[in-house]
Amino acid sequence: MQFMLLFSRQGKLRLQKWYVPLSDKEKKKITRELVQTVLARKPKMCSFLEWRDLKIVYKRYASLYFCCAIEDQDNELITLEIIHRYVELLDKYFGSVCELDIIFNFEKAYFILDEFLLGGEVQETSKKNVLKAIEQADLLQEKTENMYHSKSFIGCKKAY
Amino acid sequence: MPAVSKGDGMRGLAVFISDIRNCKSKEAEIKRINKELANIRSKFKGDKALDGYSKKKYVCKLLFIFLLGHDIDFGHMEAVNLLSSNRYTEKQIGYLFISVLVNSNSELIRLINNAIKNDLASRNPTFMGLALHCIANVGSREMAEAFAGEVPKILVAGDTMDSVKQSAALCLLRLYRTSPDLVPMGDWTSRVVHLLNDQHLGVVTAATSLITTLAQKNPEEFKTSVSLAVSRLSRIVTSASTDLQDYTYYFVPAPWLSVKLLRLLQCYPPPEDPAVRGRLTECLETILNKAQEPPKSKKVQHSNAKNAVLFEAISLIIHHDSEPNLLVRACNQLGQFLQHRETNLRYLALESMCTLASSEFSHEAVKTHIDTVINALKTERDVSVRQRAVDLLYAMCDRSNAQQIVAEMLSYLETADYSIREEIVLKVAILAEKYAVDYAWYVDTILNLIRIAGDYVSEEVWYRVIQIVINRDDVQGYAAKTVFEALQAPACHENLVKVGGYILGEFGNLIAGDPRSSPLVQFNLLHSKFHLCSVPTRALLLSTYIKFVNLFPEVKTTIQDVLRSDSQLKNADVELQQRAVEYLRLSTVASTDILATVLEEMPPFPERESSILAKLKKKKGPSTVTDLEDTKRERSVDVNGGPEPAPASTSAAVGPLPAFAFPNNPCISAGGFEFVCKNNGVLFENQLLQIGLKSEFRQNLGRMFIFYGNKTSTQFLNFTPTLICPDDLQSHILGPSPHRHITKPVDPTVDGGAQVQQVVNIECVSDFTEAPVLNIQFRYGGTFQNVSVQLPITLNKFFQPTEMSSQDFFQRWKQLSNPQQEVQNIFKAKHPMDTEITKAKIIGFGSALLEEVDPNPANFVGAGIIHTKTTQIGCLLRLEPNLQAQMYRLTLRTSKETVSQRLCELLSQQF
Repeated sequence: MQFMLLFSRQGKLRLQKWYVPLSDKEKKKITRELVQTVLARKPKMCSFLEWRDLKIVYKRYASLYFCCAIEDQDNELITLEIIHRYVELLDKYFGSVCELDIIFNFEKAYFILDEFLLGGEVQETSKKNVLKAIEQADLLQEKTENMYHSKSFIGCKKAY
Repeated sequence: MPAVSKGDGMRGLAVFISDIRNCKSKEAEIKRINKELANIRSKFKGDKALDGYSKKKYVCKLLFIFLLGHDIDFGHMEAVNLLSSNRYTEKQIGYLFISVLVNSNSELIRLINNAIKNDLASRNPTFMGLALHCIANVGSREMAEAFAGEVPKILVAGDTMDSVKQSAALCLLRLYRTSPDLVPMGDWTSRVVHLLNDQHLGVVTAATSLITTLAQKNPEEFKTSVSLAVSRLSRIVTSASTDLQDYTYYFVPAPWLSVKLLRLLQCYPPPEDPAVRGRLTECLETILNKAQEPPKSKKVQHSNAKNAVLFEAISLIIHHDSEPNLLVRACNQLGQFLQHRETNLRYLALESMCTLASSEFSHEAVKTHIDTVINALKTERDVSVRQRAVDLLYAMCDRSNAQQIVAEMLSYLETADYSIREEIVLKVAILAEKYAVDYAWYVDTILNLIRIAGDYVSEEVWYRVIQIVINRDDVQGYAAKTVFEALQAPACHENLVKVGGYILGEFGNLIAGDPRSSPLVQFNLLHSKFHLCSVPTRALLLSTYIKFVNLFPEVKTTIQDVLRSDSQLKNADVELQQRAVEYLRLSTVASTDILATVLEEMPPFPERESSILAKLKKKKGPSTVTDLEDTKRERSVDVNGGPEPAPASTSAAVGPLPAFAFPNNPCISAGGFEFVCKNNGVLFENQLLQIGLKSEFRQNLGRMFIFYGNKTSTQFLNFTPTLICPDDLQSHILGPSPHRHITKPVDPTVDGGAQVQQVVNIECVSDFTEAPVLNIQFRYGGTFQNVSVQLPITLNKFFQPTEMSSQDFFQRWKQLSNPQQEVQNIFKAKHPMDTEITKAKIIGFGSALLEEVDPNPANFVGAGIIHTKTTQIGCLLRLEPNLQAQMYRLTLRTSKETVSQRLCELLSQQF
């Protein structure tokens, strides 16, 4: 996979993950072009399209479009299920995920994605294992968080 | 604002995000962001040291701002600081920031790498995971330099946790993709292959991706993965849907892993071991059988996962292209999908069938679906699906169905989407030409193309129709009549005017007997379009007019009047004005004989590859236009195409000559092409000196005996032969030092009539093009002599012949189908085209001559391996003679572009 984009029906980019080196300018250009192309497609159309020398696989979940760019020999259907599995992971983690969860906890969306896909390839397909990794991290986080709060609660208050 | 479900909440961040969301306008948003940036900047610059939490929060805000699409030019240092925090969340945000906003600031990279190094060494699996994710996300060259040695160790270490192994495998994959040269193959490779046997399916999944990518470049090194992959796959496809627990996805056992394993197997030919091969065939049959079973779930995820595996299995079957039974079953399965209610499946079936159409085993089976595909073209509502249908029709087209397919494409063209019209035009033009039995049909088809989609008919298309009409006299009269009729239409496309103008200018005489198309009528018809046309077309028409002057003396004065008019002679366009002036003058001063000579009918064009095909290839990439016919295509010879062989570097080696040198002293051999196919002979001779050679080569080593003969009766003094390697050659052809090529020094005195001998040892380190130069200096009588010759050490000397069956040959041939791997040259025969001599030359070239491999007995095919010190490069060659044209087409396919190129150059010189 070369990159994955999440964007809303209004064309707002919610998550971008690039697995090939590209300049910021190129990334913006690609995003603009693809968001436009995908949003212009009608609901019953097929989920795949040729775009430059890549294949685009996309699917809409509620107000969000998930869109992956894969190479010529890559498998379209399994990519569609990569998207679905990612949605399931988000869903399970946030508990019935919605666009707002991804906006306000964007960093979590990235962390979950990194556990699932790395370097553009599937790293771990077991839902249990991915979530275990994330929850372990959360646990670590809470621990340090408590430690922290007990130490300098006042300084923390001021930061808000 | 939703409640944050887990972990911490950075409230300040949430508030900021809310603020941004509440902004009513872009301006308001930018204002809010600038305010925040100023705030963060002042915090970072402030005297008070920030605690980790605040740093994390501000870095996270910067990240959010960046992801909104704004530039961020500070905060990198703070993010790097977070990396060395012991708090997991701070480290995590630091890594995220670095992954998203890499900056090739060298100072920073050093610090980042340091932090990563510490985390990798921490033996804390969570920290190691973060560090590996960061390397994989950034994947820069600097990272590869720093970690390409370390990551493989982590990957294969016995005590590494499974999750870390997974990250390490994919991290390494990313580094290999960006900087393959920095990832050295080594002991770890064999241990990586054995990860295919790992108990943890997640580890196997990650490792399979890595192995697939590595195996594409180093197939030999990873050969053992084939049998392991087959047995793993076999265990998965035969498992019950619950066996694999969490790796079962909607009742499909490990679909991702299955797809990856099938992909890995596509890096290799069918397994040679019959047991492995049998097991694989069983797997593929099981997958095909499962497709016929009723679904275990109505969910689309179930069918997608199942079919993902099925399509990948079909890809493998097509890749192997060796089991007719499986190919036909695959084709039938795809045939079912062609009518499936899911658009996605119809799309993929059309796509996959395109490749099936190019296999000789399944081509006929694919053709049976022609009606369904034509129907898809007419009824599919999605243009991308229709596009696939066009591709498939093109791929399944052959002589038997060409007329039908071309007719359907033409009728579709009337309503086709603008985005795919040009491509359809090219395809129709190619098919019409390729399968034209009747050239009248061809001419009709192209004129129809221009009529229906004139704007999309590129120059290549109308050039081509003219080439064909000129080369085939049986169609010229028909073409003239047809264009004449087509031009009657009140509004006809400019491309038609071009074709019509050209054809009538050449062959208008063939229809001039009919009073309805008398010369004057023809002229008036063309001239009625003249003023509506662009400059290039008008220029073309002026040439037609002058041709008419020659063909039809009766319209000469009419045409001269037109040429003489102000709008021509004083035309603002230089080209038109010049043509008018010159043509008018020519028609006035030249005698009939001269006119007839100057304006004679165009001679036939040399046969060449269709420029349309070239254009389609350029448009679509080479892989999509190859089809069955390409492999068995009637030979078409491209006179202009093909790279010219580089001239032998004759000039480079000429040494300074004394003024009174012997007049016929050539001082240089022709550059050694005559030694390409032989090892012994006279390398150089003049009136003084003869140099003879005897050489032998084995694998990547060679030994050459050089004999210097003094042809005179006088002594040569100070006789010093030196071997000069061009700088870049020393690394390729290795001696301990350039001079020590010559292992035995030569006596500086060579008596009259005597012969001395010298030995050169050669080692081929990597492939090369330039040969070393042998420079000989000596004194003869009172004069200083200097002779330079190139030693005929050419790449093909390191060939080992390989025998193989027809099936193996084409199998490998197909695997080397990347455009860079193939080099082709079409060239005129320089010697009589004698079969036996050709065979001897191919054998002398070093490859095996494979008999009864090519379906066309007139062709020659060969195979062999080029041995260099570091690698072995498999080479396949095919030589197709065309006796009629006295030409050859030579195709080389090897795994290395430079090798293909060089071998093709060398061998092209021999015929």
